[in-house]
Amino acid sequence: MHRRGVGAGAIAKKKLAEAKYKERGTVLAEDQIVQMSKQLETFKTHLEEFASKHKQEIRKNAQFRVQFQEMCATIGVDPLASGKGFWSEMLGVGDFYYELGVQIIEVCLALKHRNGGLITLDELHHRVLKGRGKFAQDVSQDDLVRAIKKLKAMGNGFGMIPVGGSYLVQSVPAELNMDHTVVLQLAEKKGYVTVSEIKECLKWERERACHVLDHLLKEGLAWLDSQAAGEPQYWLPALFSELSSRDVTPEEANQMVP
Amino acid sequence: MDRFVWANGLLEMNETLVIQQRGVRLYDGDEKAKLDVGVVLLSTHRLIWRDLKNHECCMAIPLSQVIFFEEQAAGIGKSAKIVIHLYPVSPNKEPGPYQVSKFSYIKLSFKEHGQIEFLRRLTEEMTQKRWERTPVSQAMPTATGPQAGRTRAVGIVGIERKLEEKRKETDKNISEAFEDMSQLMVKAKEMVELSRSIASKIKEKHGDITEDETIRFKSYLLSMGIANPVTRETHGSGTHYHMQLAKQLGDMLLAPLEERGGMMALTEVYCLVNRARGMELLSPEDLVNACKMFDPLKLPLRLRIFDSGVMVVQLQSHSEEEMIASALDNVSEKGSLTSEEFAKLLGLSVLLAKERLLLAEKMGHLCRDDSVEGLRFYPNLFA
Repeated sequence: MHRRGVGAGAIAKKKLAEAKYKERGTVLAEDQIVQMSKQLETFKTHLEEFASKHKQEIRKNAQFRVQFQEMCATIGVDPLASGKGFWSEMLGVGDFYYELGVQIIEVCLALKHRNGGLITLDELHHRVLKGRGKFAQDVSQDDLVRAIKKLKAMGNGFGMIPVGGSYLVQSVPAELNMDHTVVLQLAEKKGYVTVSEIKECLKWERERACHVLDHLLKEGLAWLDSQAAGEPQYWLPALFSELSSRDVTPEEANQMVP
Repeated sequence: MDRFVWANGLLEMNETLVIQQRGVRLYDGDEKAKLDVGVVLLSTHRLIWRDLKNHECCMAIPLSQVIFFEEQAAGIGKSAKIVIHLYPVSPNKEPGPYQVSKFSYIKLSFKEHGQIEFLRRLTEEMTQKRWERTPVSQAMPTATGPQAGRTRAVGIVGIERKLEEKRKETDKNISEAFEDMSQLMVKAKEMVELSRSIASKIKEKHGDITEDETIRFKSYLLSMGIANPVTRETHGSGTHYHMQLAKQLGDMLLAPLEERGGMMALTEVYCLVNRARGMELLSPEDLVNACKMFDPLKLPLRLRIFDSGVMVVQLQSHSEEEMIASALDNVSEKGSLTSEEFAKLLGLSVLLAKERLLLAEKMGHLCRDDSVEGLRFYPNLFA
């Protein structure tokens, strides 16, 4: 029998072949992912179209409804796509505004960990539009405002704060808001904080910082020194005794607490 | 049936798959063939039948063998069939499962439907006769026998070809399933699995199906679906409806509430519940009314309305006695506490912490020192 390829040349050849196979393999794998992503996109478009066109039929069949929901969940498609219709437009009844309400809360919840439950109406609008499929009816900022007003039936937890001609949407009520605690912690070292300190240390938006500080003022937890050099300082009297017992000389303490 | 030859289940070089249908039984003329229900595949060149479980058991007839075919409608207890009339056996035919047969036609019995589409595709292929234009690279009937199967099309070219075929097939499956509502209903299960496998493969590579965190969150919420949401249609209206709804809410909210420290804003509950219900939306009013039923139904949840008008759903284990006891413990341990300090200790919001301290004060367990430095609570030594 004939023995083949045992020399150094054969090994080199084999190595070369292996390298080539490997290269081809990576190309194939990448190609596969591109194809898969395309299929995912087709799937998404189809699902969105069906959700907007066949709502009643999907609802009627319980088994199919579960399957449809499963598909929407895996692909990330919003099954809610009711049109506004005449009655919603005129009277605000029907599923349209309820659906929008669900979508609004969802966006707020998803971003809560970053913005502490405060979002501008503009950003909210942008995000809601993105989440609704290509086939869903367009929504305006006015629609959002109407939908948020419908949530009032569930208490004051969700509200709009007017700022300069537009709105901030607040999704976390003070009862569940941890921001105050975080700001108080930040103030511990010096006994006071400023807006820019908060922005810098906690990477918050200006609105979020002001909102928390205003609340602390209103609750009587903070005092405002608007004549401080640079920018206004928010002093927290609750921290005074701790500070004075630590590293503040009696003279300084006297100055601090008139 | 004697026209069939063994096949290896792989497509040839120039052959492409046209359609495939599960749940098809073969008939040798009018007699049921002694084979299980299987998958029938139509390619540009052949009609292929494969056993559902044993993929090695696979056989084919070249389309050039087909004279004509006809439809046999379904009857009571009878599946729809397609009758395929075949030319006589050629003398140099390769071996197949049947040596002889007294019939010159076979039937495909469609147990799981799909015959309409299959017939349409078959008609198309028979008129186009694509097998004549692009003959396959090797002699058509491949006589490898079931055991020796899968020997051809090895190497990278073979793999690439197979991948390409698979992709085409998937593409087609998707577009067919979404052709209309009834199609999708029939193929729903298949599509659910397909969507899962696509999503999981993409997750493997990219970590997630999308960069967008709001869409990821949506998909997470949707995945907690309720199979049979309580609706007005199923449970009437009024109190009975709200009670059933409350029970269902009780079941589904326990886990999320525990995850979130025992308390959730009602708006968050609203979003969670409606996402799980899918298209059966609940109105805010119905949700509030259902939540009011938690107490009379003795469920372990409560709807709570703060003085500020904020509504939350909380676990009942957050009962007043326990809250007061924990407030007293904490204050005794530290000597004294402000609501901010207490909030930090418990990881609660300042408002809630203050509320608990005030509650304990009201019950006589704590007393206050209200000064310019704020409100500070001490254990009530007179109690």
